[in-house]
Amino acid sequence: MLHLILFLGFGAACVAGAVNLLAQRHPINSALSLVVVMGALAGEYLLLGAEFVGAVQVIVYAGAIMVLFVFVIMLLNAGEEELTKGSRVALLFGVPGLVAGSLLVAWVLLHSNTGEVAVGALPGPPKAIARLLFHDFLLPFEVTSVLVLIAIIGAVVLAARPEPPQAKRES
Amino acid sequence: MVPLYYYLALSGILFACGVAGFLIKRNLITIFLSIELMLNGVNLSFVAFAAHWHQLSGQVFVFFVMVVAAAEAAVGLAIIISVFRTRQTLNVDQINLLKL
Repeated sequence: MLHLILFLGFGAACVAGAVNLLAQRHPINSALSLVVVMGALAGEYLLLGAEFVGAVQVIVYAGAIMVLFVFVIMLLNAGEEELTKGSRVALLFGVPGLVAGSLLVAWVLLHSNTGEVAVGALPGPPKAIARLLFHDFLLPFEVTSVLVLIAIIGAVVLAARPEPPQAKRES
Repeated sequence: MVPLYYYLALSGILFACGVAGFLIKRNLITIFLSIELMLNGVNLSFVAFAAHWHQLSGQVFVFFVMVVAAAEAAVGLAIIISVFRTRQTLNVDQINLLKL
């Protein structure tokens, strides 16, 4: 019972944050509501017994990535977005499509005979995760390190200020 | 005890909000935030399935998704800065070329 109440509380915070992200016009408000979503998701992970994932969610997602976003928003001094007129064709096909899609998903979810998940059903201690990560998933782990290196180099190259023309070397 | 499909429904709602934001929003940074929201929705379903099937590999995959999201955020935000520097706007309706 307590599990259900906590699930509904964190889930309501998640959905409220996500809807607020859509409703807000200023990017900084959207970014801060995404922080709310990520914090509530960390709570859901704790309910599922994935403590380590929850901690990493707060540190990496809500901490590092969102700070990057907020920095860029403030750096670019992004103002409110202008509203543009939506197309009528999108409204005509989009709304029935949305209704049909959500009904289909709801039907599948309600008729799939899935079991229940208990609190801490699968304890995710850092030790077990580390054994899996550094043993069975060692190659993907190393490949992601290369990916991160490429991303760092790419970010530095892309965000670097283009050098002024007179400083350009004649080749 | 919470049925598994509650978690899947929440994950689906988050993903749908991300898709809607991606399609509706006109600000480049908000579109990027919507992508992060979609990734978070997928992560929730990974962890829920990991708890349901008693397989820790689901949680390991969440880490990989987070790494990819971090790399994507770094490169994407660099591209956004670069685009803003040449166009002075973040409205996607006015950005039709990635070329500088």
